Amino acid sequence: MYENNDPRTLAYVGKSVLRKDTSEKLTGTATYVSDMVLPGMLYAQVKKSPHARARIVKVDISKAKALAGVRAVLTGDDLDYRIGLYIVDKNILAKGEVRHYGEAVAAVAATSLEIARKAVDLIDVEYEVMQPVLNHMDALKTDAVLVHPDLGSYEFIEAAFTPVPKTNIANWTKLRKGDVEAGFAEAAYVVEREYDNPSVQHVPMETHVAIVRWGARDKVTIWSSAQSPFTVRNLFCHTFALPLGNVRVIVPAVGGGFGGKAGIHLEPLVACLSKKAGGLPVKLQASREEEFSLLPCRSALTYRIKTGVAEDGRIIAQKMEMFWDAGAYADYAVNVTRASGYSASGPYEIPNAWVDAYTVYTNKPYGTAYRGFGHVEFHWGVERHMELVARTIGMDPLEFRRRNALHPGSITLTGEKITSHTGDVVACMEAVARSIGYGKLTAAEKNRELATGRKIGKGIALLQKAPAMPSNTATAAVIKMNGDGSVTVNIGLTEIGQGSTTALAQIVAERLGFDIGKVHVMVDKDTESDPYDWQTVASKGLIMSGNACILACEDLLRRGYAVASHVLKACVEDLAHDGENVYVRHDTENCIPWRSIAIGYAYPDGKGIGGPLIGVGSYIAQGLSNLDKETGQGKPALDWTFGAHGIICEVDPVTGEYAVRKVASAFDVGKVVNPALLRGQIVGGMIQGLGTATCEGYIYDDAGHLLNPSFTDNKIPTARDLPMEIETIVVENSQIDGPYGARGVAEHPMISVAPALGNAIQSAVDADLAHMPIRFEDVWRAMHDKHPIDNWITKTPAGSCRSDPAARIHTPDAAISP
Amino acid sequence: MRINVTVNGIAYEKDVAENRTLLRFLREDLGLTGTKEGCGAGECGACTVFFNGKTVNSCMVLAVEANEGTIETIEGESSGGMLSRLQEAFDRHHAVQCGFCTAGMIMSARELIHHTPHPTVDQIKEGLEGNFCRCTGYEQIIEAVLDVTGGYTAKEELIHV
Repeated sequence: MYENNDPRTLAYVGKSVLRKDTSEKLTGTATYVSDMVLPGMLYAQVKKSPHARARIVKVDISKAKALAGVRAVLTGDDLDYRIGLYIVDKNILAKGEVRHYGEAVAAVAATSLEIARKAVDLIDVEYEVMQPVLNHMDALKTDAVLVHPDLGSYEFIEAAFTPVPKTNIANWTKLRKGDVEAGFAEAAYVVEREYDNPSVQHVPMETHVAIVRWGARDKVTIWSSAQSPFTVRNLFCHTFALPLGNVRVIVPAVGGGFGGKAGIHLEPLVACLSKKAGGLPVKLQASREEEFSLLPCRSALTYRIKTGVAEDGRIIAQKMEMFWDAGAYADYAVNVTRASGYSASGPYEIPNAWVDAYTVYTNKPYGTAYRGFGHVEFHWGVERHMELVARTIGMDPLEFRRRNALHPGSITLTGEKITSHTGDVVACMEAVARSIGYGKLTAAEKNRELATGRKIGKGIALLQKAPAMPSNTATAAVIKMNGDGSVTVNIGLTEIGQGSTTALAQIVAERLGFDIGKVHVMVDKDTESDPYDWQTVASKGLIMSGNACILACEDLLRRGYAVASHVLKACVEDLAHDGENVYVRHDTENCIPWRSIAIGYAYPDGKGIGGPLIGVGSYIAQGLSNLDKETGQGKPALDWTFGAHGIICEVDPVTGEYAVRKVASAFDVGKVVNPALLRGQIVGGMIQGLGTATCEGYIYDDAGHLLNPSFTDNKIPTARDLPMEIETIVVENSQIDGPYGARGVAEHPMISVAPALGNAIQSAVDADLAHMPIRFEDVWRAMHDKHPIDNWITKTPAGSCRSDPAARIHTPDAAISP
Repeated sequence: MRINVTVNGIAYEKDVAENRTLLRFLREDLGLTGTKEGCGAGECGACTVFFNGKTVNSCMVLAVEANEGTIETIEGESSGGMLSRLQEAFDRHHAVQCGFCTAGMIMSARELIHHTPHPTVDQIKEGLEGNFCRCTGYEQIIEAVLDVTGGYTAKEELIHV
C-alpha cells in the first residue's frame, strides 16, 4: 500500500512494541492443541512400518479390536481416500505397499493413551520386504524401482507441475533464458561442480497434533496445530468430498511451525478414526520420534552447477540441475522444486541460463515445506559455487559477487526487471563484509592465531527469496469496533511465533491513528469466523495481511466518517479524527467520540443511526503470472527479499574442529516494522541455519531405516552454540506495494548461513567443502584430501544415502526416454 | 499409589499409577498444562519444573517420586495477576515467540539466578543449555536474564545502514 513511511511521523511502525501474545505464553495459560482435552475424547496411536519398502501381506487387527477400551481400529483397506497438495499420491493409511520407514499402516482410537498404545502393539502386520530405492540419483536410473508405478494416473495441478509417468520424477521444472550453449562457447572459464545436503527435521517444539470430531450429518470440527487452517479445510473437503461449510478448523496457539505444519497432515486420519468411533472426538499427537518419520521433513538435494565466466569475471552462462529427494510422497517437494527452479541462480544476473529441477521419489520419509522453501538447500550450492568460481579465476570472491549481483535494471531468470525498489543485495553484502572485516585479519586476530594455533577465516554468502505461492494468492482482514472505541482485528493468518499479531496491530494502530492499547488482534483462528487467508507460509504474512489491514482500516474510517458526517452535520471531506474522536477540521470542538458511534449512534431523542462499525479489507497478489512450462518465464515473485551473512570462524588446522566467532546478517527489509521482532526473526533464523550448517540431518542405514529420529542423535543448537558475537543489520529500500514499505523476512535469515560458514572455513584452512552439514570430520577430510570434485562423495559412510559417482552417468533424460 | 504433593503452594492428595510421570500428573491430573512435553526423553527441557527446590525434567520423574515433595511450575511464577520480574524481562526483551519452550526456560532461568545472582553470559548459556528453543536463537532470552540480574547494557536492536 502506498503509505507514508517517514519515521518522524510514525507512532508505532518502526518501534519495538511489546508482543501482544505474551501474557498467556509467559504464564502457561496459552492453550495449544497439545493441552486440550474434550469431553469423551479418545486417544489415537499409529502402527508404523518398520520397512522402507514392503508389500503388506496381511494386517490382523482382531486382538486390538478385542481389547477393552478400544473404540476404533482402521487399516488402509478401510479407507479409500487419497490426499496430496499438488499431486494426489498419498493414502491416509498405506494400502498394499509401504513406501517409507515410519509410514502409517494402521491406527487405533481408545479411551486412554495407554490402551491405544497397547492396541497398536497387538496389531500384527505381515510384510514381504522389497528392495527400496533410497538414493535419489539411483532412482533416476532406467532400471530403478518405481516408488509410484501409477504416477501417470494421479490427479495433479497441471498449470504448475509436470510429473513424468513411468519414472520416479514427480515433477520436472524447466527454465530457459538466452542461449546457454553459446554462452559457454564464449566463456573464458567453465567451472562445474555438484553440491548436496541431506534431509532435515524442522523440530517445532510442539509436535504435530490434531483433535477431530466427525459429527452427525458430516459436520466436522478440527482443532489442529496447523499453520494454515483454510488450506486444511480446503484439502480436507476435497479429500472427503464435503462442502466447505461442513468443516470447521480451529487453530489456537501453535508451538512452532517452520513450514512443517503447512498443508494438511494428521487431520484426515484422526477424522476417520472419529467417524469410525461414532463421532467422539479423537486426539493424535505425534511423539518426537514420529515427528521425524511419520511426519515429513525437508528434502535432500543434489545440485549440479556449471558456470561460464568471461575474462573480466562476468558470468555469461550457467546450467543448473537440481535433484530433489522427495521421499515417498510429493507433498510440498514438487513446489519446492518449482520455487527453487525459478530462483536457482541466487541473487545474480545470468544472461544465459538453463535450469532443470527434478523432484525424485524415493523410499524415505517425504519432504515438505521448511523455512526457506528450498532456498537454504540450493543456496548452499550457489554460494559455495560462487566462491569456487571466484577462486578458480583468481578473483576476490567479494568482488566477483559485486560484479554479478542483481542491480537495478538486471533481468532475473524468469524475465523480471529489478528496480531500485526491489531491494539491494550489494548493500547487504557490503554491510556484512564491513562488519566482519572481510578479506584481512586484524592485529588482534593475528595474535589470537599465534596464541591458539587455530586459523581464523572469514566468509560471506548472499541470498534471495520471494514468496512461493499461487499467482492469485489472497487474504483479508476484518476490523470490528468495540463499544469503547477499541478495535478487534480478525485475520486468517496464524500466530506460530513469528509475531505477526503484534506487527499487524502496529500497522492498524498506525493507520487508524489509535493508541496501540486499543488494537486487539485475535490469536486463535477459526475458519468459521475469520476471513480467508491462503496459508501462513512463504514470508507473505506481513506484506499481504498488512495490506489487507490497511485497506480494512480505510474501510472502517470511511464508514465511521459517514455516520459522523450526519451527527456532526458536516461533509465527510471536512472531517478528521484522532484516537478518541471524529471532528470537524475547522471546528474541532464539533466532535463525536468513536465510542459513541462504534456500535451505532443514538440521537438525544433516542433515534438511532449507523450500527456496528466494521471495516473489511481484501488483498490479492498483484501482477503475478504462471510460469511458462517450457521456458520458466513469467512473474512469480510478489517481493524479493535480499540479504547476506558474514561469518568469522576459527579452525583447528590439525583436527578440523571449528568454532563460529561472529555472524553478521543483513537484509533489505524495505521498512522495519518492529526492530525487536525483526531481530528475533533474524537471530532465530540464523541459529536455525547454523543447525543445518553444522550438525542436523537424517542418517539412514542401507535398508532405509532412519537411524537418528531423536534429540539424542539429531542435535539442534542450544544456547551454548551461539556465536560469540552476533550483529543484525538492516537496509531499507521501500517495497512500493508493501505496508509502510515493508517486505517479508521470516525465512530469509536461515538461508545462506551454511555457505557463509563453508566459505569462512575454506578461507581459514583451505578445506573445500561441498556437502552440508559441515561436521568436524568433514573439515578434516577436506583438508587432507585434495581430489577436487568428489572427495566428499567417495568418503561417504555406507548407507547414508548421498550421491555416488556411479549414479551420475545416469542422467534424468535417460530415465525419461528409455 | 496415593501421594501427597504440594504444587505451587497447594497441597494435593491423589491416587496415581506407579508408572505415571510427574509431567503427565501435572498436566492431566492437576490440569497444569503450562508445563509442556517436547520430547518425552529428557532432552529438550520443555517440561522443566522445580522439584524440592531443584529443576528436573518432569518427563523423567515418576509422580510417585514426588510423594511428600514440593513442586513449582510456571503457573506459580506470577502472583496476584502480576508477572514476576523474570517474566516481565522476558516480555520486554521479546524472549518469547511460539511460547512452547517458555515455561521450561523460565524455570531454568530461575534456578540459574537462584544459584548465580549475577551470571555472566557464558554462565547463562550454560544454565539454559538444557532447554531447546527453535524460534528465538536464544539471544533475547539471554538478554532478559541479564536484565533481571543487573548485567544488561542497553543496545540498539538493529544496525541501520
